[in-house]
Amino acid sequence: MSSDQLQRLKPGQSPHEPEKATLEGKNKFLGFWFFLGGETVLFASLFGTYLALNGPESNTSGPGPAELFGLELVFIMTVILLTSSLTSVYAIYHMKNLDFGKMQLWLGITVALGLTFLGLEIYEFYEYVMHEDHTFTSDAFGSAFYALVGFHGGHVLFGLLWIVTLMVRNSKRGLNLYNAPKFYIASLYWHFIDVVWVFIFTVVYLMGKLGG
Amino acid sequence: MSTATAQKKGFGATLWDYLTTVDHKKIAILYLVAGGIFFLAGGLEAMLIRIQLAVPDNDFVSAGLYNQLITMHGTTMIFLAAMPLIFALMNIAVPLQIGARDVAFPFLNSLGFWLFFFGGVLLNVSWFTGGAPDAGWTAYAPLSTTSPGHGVDYYVMGLQISGAGTLIGGINFLVTIVNMRAPGMTYMRMPLFTWTAFVTSVLILFAFPALTVGLFLMMFDRMFGANFFDPQMGGNHVIWEHLFWIFGHPEVYILVLPIFGLFSDIISTFSKKRLFGYSAMVFAVVLIGFLGFMVWAHHMFTTGLGPVANSIFAIATMAIAVPTGIKIFNWIFTMWGGSIRMTTPMLWTVAFIPSFTLGGFGGVMLAAAAADYQYHDTYFVVAHFHYVIVGGVVFGVFAGLHYWWPKFFGTMLSEKLGKLAFWPFFIGFHLTFFIQHFLGLMGMPRRYWKFLPNQDLDLGNLVSTIGAFLMAIGAVIFLINVIVTSVKGEKVSGDPWDGRTLEWSIPSPPPFYNFTQTPLVRGLDPLWIEKRQGNGKMTPAEPLGDIHMPNNSFIPFVMSLGLFIAGFGFIYQVDDKNWLIVGIAGMLITLGSMFVRSVKDDLGYHIHKEDLEKGAGSE
Ligand code: HEM
Ligand SMILES: [Cu+2]
Repeated sequence: MSSDQLQRLKPGQSPHEPEKATLEGKNKFLGFWFFLGGETVLFASLFGTYLALNGPESNTSGPGPAELFGLELVFIMTVILLTSSLTSVYAIYHMKNLDFGKMQLWLGITVALGLTFLGLEIYEFYEYVMHEDHTFTSDAFGSAFYALVGFHGGHVLFGLLWIVTLMVRNSKRGLNLYNAPKFYIASLYWHFIDVVWVFIFTVVYLMGKLGG
Repeated sequence: MSTATAQKKGFGATLWDYLTTVDHKKIAILYLVAGGIFFLAGGLEAMLIRIQLAVPDNDFVSAGLYNQLITMHGTTMIFLAAMPLIFALMNIAVPLQIGARDVAFPFLNSLGFWLFFFGGVLLNVSWFTGGAPDAGWTAYAPLSTTSPGHGVDYYVMGLQISGAGTLIGGINFLVTIVNMRAPGMTYMRMPLFTWTAFVTSVLILFAFPALTVGLFLMMFDRMFGANFFDPQMGGNHVIWEHLFWIFGHPEVYILVLPIFGLFSDIISTFSKKRLFGYSAMVFAVVLIGFLGFMVWAHHMFTTGLGPVANSIFAIATMAIAVPTGIKIFNWIFTMWGGSIRMTTPMLWTVAFIPSFTLGGFGGVMLAAAAADYQYHDTYFVVAHFHYVIVGGVVFGVFAGLHYWWPKFFGTMLSEKLGKLAFWPFFIGFHLTFFIQHFLGLMGMPRRYWKFLPNQDLDLGNLVSTIGAFLMAIGAVIFLINVIVTSVKGEKVSGDPWDGRTLEWSIPSPPPFYNFTQTPLVRGLDPLWIEKRQGNGKMTPAEPLGDIHMPNNSFIPFVMSLGLFIAGFGFIYQVDDKNWLIVGIAGMLITLGSMFVRSVKDDLGYHIHKEDLEKGAGSE
């Protein structure tokens, strides 16, 4: 249960689910699901706040949702982030086959997509702040928008740092029973961020564009 | 490491041991000590409040200080006293009751404690830096968002940090209970205390994030110019009320459920009977936990949500009285016909039943939305929640400490002093709070700094203050008991109460790996089964073998310290942007320690079979 956990796993070996082969792995797996349950309440609270503050009465300065949002950029961002979820699935698929190289490759692609998403989001915020008078402090709508979308963006950033840390840390020693659960829960986190974004896309952007 | 060997180590080594420990029993002691100190601080604040209200038109404290006192009293008692004391009990007992060697995440267990601790310290630093928070423990906006000075900023940062610790603790217990149970310990064989710890952890998981968001929004409003709660900028302060109570109502059940479980264990032990209606008890706890999320707006009847919302929440609230009633009856039925031993834990338990029931009656009265327009924000509410929280949680903590003291320290609190502490506390409690129902019905508002003479409020308030002093005397006698017991240091056996559950099958205090061999559980009250049908000892479920243990770590302390430092940075950047450097530095300390934790392998170590046979770590 200890140092043999660090033995390198190679393709073709067992176990097929290295992330759940140890008690520590099982605990991490379950604990992380619980954590995501808590995160769900966190985002639900932010969504609730946003829905309470996205009406005209909360929009005391600057443009409202309908004028503000353009769907093209957000659509591209959505496609990118959804694709990154898919690529992380590939990564975990290769992890289950104990193919470390391919896993790293797909994680690398996931990170690249995530970075692109983040770059586009920063560009979007920059435009709002510089050209649209839509800031965190301009009115309650602005506060609610940046709180919700920014919290998500912060999660993306954290997820990227986390995955990169894992990739670099383990690049030399490959996959083992000790780090497999770590990769696995990082990918769970990444999916979660993705799901939250689907809701943001729908509730903030689509409904904002159509409802306004 | 057992306490005996720990004492042989120098003070420095012991301190280091506690700063880095990941052993659930030591973390329990840390929670106990920290929670106990905050309890004394909160108690002191309460005494100052009662002195101010002893006579009409009193000037013992100023109005501003009074506001700080009531705010800090409530905040301290709920977040920094009741919560950690409950965590102390859960930490000492849950792993032992399910036959586990430790919790699922020993590292996170320690992190949870240090986050709570530094959050609590941060909150209390405000006393020395220009004034404590003064907007009530509920911190309603716009009172809180416009409160001058930094008091409320401390509230926001302190609770945010300690809340993160609580959340981590909750997840830890959930996974521990799901994954770490000994062979044969099915869900429906778990002691009620473990069951309630489980449900409470679920509530923590789903309730605390709402507070987290509320505190973030308040932090943004107060410190970063956001407008969530400012109607002039399009904000809406009712959002705070919702977020606070979506957390706040479950929170009261988070506090009381583990106590319910504890009382169930105590009653069954000291009545020498199996718990009456075990499955109904489990069902009732789960139902209370579930309904606990549906009733938050009963705190907002007068906010103006409208008659439909008020009616729905009123009915949902009253519904909680049903599973609660089930529990009350089952406790009584368990005692019925049992051979009862009136030990100190049992004394607190028997006192709890009528006291808590009175609190529940008050609750159901408050739940009648139309009538609540009259009761709301009066001393009637103060009486209600002190009946449930003191009559439930505080009585429970006293009972639990007496009950599990052997598992904490290997000694036994004096029964004589225990009972001597009970009576003044019990009488004082009813003296203090019963009469407050009537003060409330007569219209005395809560949170007012003084009241005027000759409005029929004088006598009631004086009685209440006298009661408070009696409670203080009881608390002091308890402290004396602790000191006397520690000085004497008389060791007790593993099973001083003739217990029924697994924690009594191992020595007091348990060796640091708890169970030399994992026990095999054959039913509810496993030790009792072996006492009746076996040889009185648990049958091992595994051969003697090496035991895997986690390494100590200093990282949780540093991680929490980083947030503590960052807290100051964020609070004071309002005055001077240079403080942001401190904020960022603090965050970097925290993120850096997370990074170290991530990249450094931590595989733990083994205690070898041969050393176990020689009795390593046991007394
Ligand atoms: C049958 C069970 C209960 C019912 C029906 C009930 C009902 C209520 C209602 C309607 C209020 C709001 C009163 C107002 O502000 O006007 C209230 C306040 C409160 N209750 Fe209960 N309650 C029950 C049990 C409990 C328990 C078990 C606890 C804690 C362990 C608790 C703690 C509190 C607290 C702390 C407040 C006041 C919060 C504040 O405004 O500062 N209640 N309760
Ligand atoms: Cu409530």
